[in-house]
Amino acid sequence: MSDIGINVENLSKQYKIGAAADKGRTFREALTDKIVTPLRLMRNTFFRPDTSGFNAEPARIGSGGSELIWALKNISFQIKKGEVVGIIGRNGAGKTTLLKILSRITEPTEGKVSINGRVGSLLEVGAGFHSELTGRENIYLNGAILGMKKAEIDKKFDNIVTFAEIKRFIDTPVKRYSSGMYMRLAFAVAAQLEPEILLVDEVLAVGDALFQTKCLAKMSSITQQGRTVLFVSHNMSAISSICKTGILLEAGKISFAGPVQEAVSIYLDQFSGTSQRGMQLSLRKDRTGTGEAKLVNFCLEDENGKKIVQIRNGQTVRFIFDYITKSNQEVEDVDFQIVMLTQEAGLLFQFPLAPGHYRLDAYLAARGKPSDYISWLTLVDVIDGDFYQSGYCIFEKESKFLVDGSFSFQESH
Amino acid sequence: MQQILHSSTTVIKPSKGWVSIRLRDLWEYRELLYFLTWRDIKVRYKQTALGALWAIIQPFFTMVVFSLFFGRLAKVPSDGIPYPLFSFAALVPWTFFANGLSQSSNSLVGSTDLITKVYFPRLIIPVSSVLSGFIDFAIAFIVFMAMAFYYGIYPALSIILLPFLLLLGLITALGVGLWLSALNVKFRDVRYTIPFLTQFWLFATPIAYPSSLLSEPWRTIYGINPMVGVVEGFRWALLGADTAPGAIIFVSALVSMGLLVSGAFYFKRMEKFFADII
Repeated sequence: MSDIGINVENLSKQYKIGAAADKGRTFREALTDKIVTPLRLMRNTFFRPDTSGFNAEPARIGSGGSELIWALKNISFQIKKGEVVGIIGRNGAGKTTLLKILSRITEPTEGKVSINGRVGSLLEVGAGFHSELTGRENIYLNGAILGMKKAEIDKKFDNIVTFAEIKRFIDTPVKRYSSGMYMRLAFAVAAQLEPEILLVDEVLAVGDALFQTKCLAKMSSITQQGRTVLFVSHNMSAISSICKTGILLEAGKISFAGPVQEAVSIYLDQFSGTSQRGMQLSLRKDRTGTGEAKLVNFCLEDENGKKIVQIRNGQTVRFIFDYITKSNQEVEDVDFQIVMLTQEAGLLFQFPLAPGHYRLDAYLAARGKPSDYISWLTLVDVIDGDFYQSGYCIFEKESKFLVDGSFSFQESH
Repeated sequence: MQQILHSSTTVIKPSKGWVSIRLRDLWEYRELLYFLTWRDIKVRYKQTALGALWAIIQPFFTMVVFSLFFGRLAKVPSDGIPYPLFSFAALVPWTFFANGLSQSSNSLVGSTDLITKVYFPRLIIPVSSVLSGFIDFAIAFIVFMAMAFYYGIYPALSIILLPFLLLLGLITALGVGLWLSALNVKFRDVRYTIPFLTQFWLFATPIAYPSSLLSEPWRTIYGINPMVGVVEGFRWALLGADTAPGAIIFVSALVSMGLLVSGAFYFKRMEKFFADII
């Protein structure tokens, strides 16, 4: 056929959220719904909310504890064969939903997709791994789940074991594996996939730094083999280095599609000078203080002055605040406080927080008087940057704060 | 993580109402079916002290209890066959059926991360959990044969019909399992009804008693419960019980096929919601 790999036309996906999406509904609720739904439909016919707007908030309909949300609304795009496309956007913008529809895990509510070629998708590495089974058994099981034939796995078995570096433990149940070994094995199986069209979701967000580098290298080599790749990630540097085209999703719609650098910079611009709610910082009214000096802009930069949206712990981060003064005159003795860190603004070496989302509040004082205070300035996303250079992730639940230090043992006589 | 095996064009669009079963998809993924069945078998008795003995313990001790209370105390007739053998011949296929039913009914809910992360024909999940019961059946069946020799009963030629009867039990378990597994995704109430359902069904099936207690035409009508045909068929094929259950088996086969076909269509109809609501 043509040179089109993926053709998406007017794709929409609606989800139920709230009470209706609760896991494990009961018969009683279903029966109640059967009675209530006709009434609700009637009401929606008369009071149909406007869903055509291009707002930051996804369009919502419904009532009574159950809401319908359009995770994707009228998405159309084409991807040529051999094209490598990055899909970016905030959480909840519809990136994963799009991949799930393309992988046939879930059905669209409206619209149509045509895909030319054999599709392989990686929404999670290690799907279907069973902890009681050995490495060898899991390779076969996981390979079959990925759609490989047994003969194909037989042929690639040695490659997988070598790539994962687990030769000694191949007949050990994976429940005895370290998390690093487990991830390596899972990725090694996935890396053997040889589809014409590859869909990848955030696999680089897991595992240690070494593993991420390995994944990234593998991703790059895959893209150089002329495959069509759709890559969803929050990792902007990975997106810009791997992809040529970028699609920016915003609240279930495409807000930009074009050269990847442009897509990334539009995406990053949303973060600078905007609050969590997508509002310009200078327009924020929910602030207190004399207003002698006011924050108007905020962004994060790395040590090279490049804008970032996520902080890798251990990384050097610059918090940049622009402020204006009432009279546009120099005010001496301006004092910043970032509540997240309770530390004077400026350069922070070895960012010390565990991966997670952190709320950032900023406080500005001029001449010793509180001049501006904004709570929930933004949400800072911290990802694992291998703080201890150990090759292991530190998860949020284990510790919020990472302390650098060294220990040594001394023999006593 | 997933892979779809299509060299040509795949078209994805919303489906409406009843959809085709797509048996060809199932065939294409037969290796996955094999691996999932193999996984279920491998994992079943891992980290258990008694291991595969569990396959025997369940039907065997039920037989002991039945023999004691129904055979000895209540003096339930057993078509002229020693009561322990009479009940065990029924309990072996029954256990296969009951385990297959409950495991397939819970199979989708137990595979949440596969369903939300990987595409493959979902039918494979309940089918593999019913199939994995074959090993348990085989073990229990060997014990039954040993018991039959002990009582001096040797199977007649009719034993060659046994695979067909076992298939009937499998179809019934799968038919009900397809209905319940799909319902279970939406309504977790199903999980709580399964133990109750299998217990009720156990006594509604002539396991502790013979169906010959009923007179015709009621005995044939009794075959509407497909397990009546399976159980009576097993007794006839293995023990030569003089109650050749021709008409019963015919009725049972019809009903179980109905269960399977309707279950498969209902399952396919609900399939598109699985990843969203599980």
